[in-house]
Amino acid sequence: MSPDTTMTATAPAAQAAPRKNTPGAAGGPRPRTGRIRRIGLPYLLLLPALLLELLVHLVPMVIGIVMSFKELTQFHIRDWGTAPWAGLDNYAVSVDFDAPVGRALLHSFGVTLAFTLLSVGLCWLIGTAAAVFMQDTFRGRGLLRALFLVPYALPVYAAVITWVFMFQHDNGLVNHVLHDQLGITDKPSFWLIGDNSFIALLTVSVWKGWPFAFLIVMAGLQNIPRELYEAAALDGAGMLQQVRRITLPSLRPVNQVLVLVLFLWTFNDFNTPYVLFGRTAPEAADLISVHIYQASFVTWNFGTGSAMSVLLLLFLLVVTGVYLALTSRGRRTAP
Amino acid sequence: MSPPRSPMAPPRSFLWSRRIFLTLLTGFVLLPVYVMVSSSLKPLADVTGAFRWLPTEVTFRPYVDIWSTVPLGRYFVNSLIVAGAATVCSVVIAVFSAYAVSRYEFRGKRVFTVTVLSTQMFPGILFLLPLFLIYVNIGNATGIALFGSRGGLILTYLTFSLPFSIWMLIGYFESIPRDLDEAATVDGCGPLGALFRVVVPAAVPGIVAVAVYAFMTAWGEVLFASVMTNDTTRTLAVGLQGYSTLNDVYWNQIMAASLVVSVPVVAGFLLLQRYLVAGLTAGAVK
Repeated sequence: MSPDTTMTATAPAAQAAPRKNTPGAAGGPRPRTGRIRRIGLPYLLLLPALLLELLVHLVPMVIGIVMSFKELTQFHIRDWGTAPWAGLDNYAVSVDFDAPVGRALLHSFGVTLAFTLLSVGLCWLIGTAAAVFMQDTFRGRGLLRALFLVPYALPVYAAVITWVFMFQHDNGLVNHVLHDQLGITDKPSFWLIGDNSFIALLTVSVWKGWPFAFLIVMAGLQNIPRELYEAAALDGAGMLQQVRRITLPSLRPVNQVLVLVLFLWTFNDFNTPYVLFGRTAPEAADLISVHIYQASFVTWNFGTGSAMSVLLLLFLLVVTGVYLALTSRGRRTAP
Repeated sequence: MSPPRSPMAPPRSFLWSRRIFLTLLTGFVLLPVYVMVSSSLKPLADVTGAFRWLPTEVTFRPYVDIWSTVPLGRYFVNSLIVAGAATVCSVVIAVFSAYAVSRYEFRGKRVFTVTVLSTQMFPGILFLLPLFLIYVNIGNATGIALFGSRGGLILTYLTFSLPFSIWMLIGYFESIPRDLDEAATVDGCGPLGALFRVVVPAAVPGIVAVAVYAFMTAWGEVLFASVMTNDTTRTLAVGLQGYSTLNDVYWNQIMAASLVVSVPVVAGFLLLQRYLVAGLTAGAVK
């Protein structure tokens, strides 16, 4: 690691860990603990988490940003500190939508956005519907709830490999059902290459993702006071009206976080497409994480790959900021 | 579990739509599970030809063969060590952090929580290569092997589950009355005594939930495992792909191996899911 990058990497570290003098930082009266201990203790308790977050997330992120300004091809990777500065070249290549690299990135971005919106929407819809339907007790509810959580509990690779088998052209279940048994398609389709791969990816993603929405909404529903429903029922409100007037408004704060988390996870998802398609994803399902992975590790162009990652991060930051601003404002005006 | 919600019985149309919806959903959820279980009991011929709903004969051969086709046992042990250690460390660190945030006022508190939570947003791909370089450099400088070792992977994974764990435990600790641990402090326990004798026992469901989450995160991660492990430290996430790179794709063995690696997490998760829901209800979604 070269001295200049070490400097850049440690500067924010010093800021993020304010272990300096902190006057008047005490939580309530604690007569028997000394002043120094009282002030230092919270920082001491946070120290392990801080150090690890610095080591694994923040410092690498800063290095990643530095790398995005370097010309980092396989010739320089062994001694990457000495790689020449590239200025904004990597960014220029990434967003030059007339050239192949930029066009491919834009395409991948579009695919990822469409995929994420569809997947999050479906996951939320299915999860909420299931949670609302399962609010009342009925026979087998506990068993059903456990079953529904299985896709979430299964390790990604084990679940996705099973889907890969199901989507096989010659010996998979999907073609067997659609073609051999139902006769919907004229000939067996390819699911993991070509345009169908988008549908395959979406199916797997929704299958894996909706139980999380279910879990969170289910937990959120338990915080809604029962009396609200009883009062509404006495006033003659039907099932749908109760859902619309009580359930959904009460779930707003939960949904605000849930939708954001689902969006970020889905947008950044690497595991599902990587296990489903391998290192090179078909064009119709070229999600941005795999695209950047490919741009970095397969073509050995880490500078451009880093620039793409930084652009991705900026996009997610903007989306998150706008989303939180919009949803929080809406919450304040509408009681 | 809970008493009926409404004093009036739900209408028939509701009952029927619920029945249809939940039946379809159960089918969708269970289809891959059925494929996994049934295919793992098939002879090879059944999985190379057209798909069959039922095996021509039930065989446990795949469950024997999986251990020798690839060194699955070693991958299993590696995954167990990595996920176990990452879980323990992550939970302990999250408990300390959440205690500090929920019980103390100090400068930088908001910066800390926002920073930690925002790391959830980072695309993994952005810090994969820098982290790889940092680990290699630390190894060269100090002789501590982080790259390619289980230690490096443990370190990486525990930070993956840390933000969510801290966030959830903060919510959970907030729901425990401060009077309890302040009383313990006055009784001469000290802040750490109060944490371990009062707050932690009262927060067991939340802590269990966080541990389940941390274990699942580490057990299922693919991207960093594929770059940061070598032959001896390879985890299941990467090792399982070994079955399909052979000349013949042994789908029956892949399904058997998938089932074997899933059983510990799924069983653990289902046993403890009550805590997860309770923990989420008390903490995260409040």
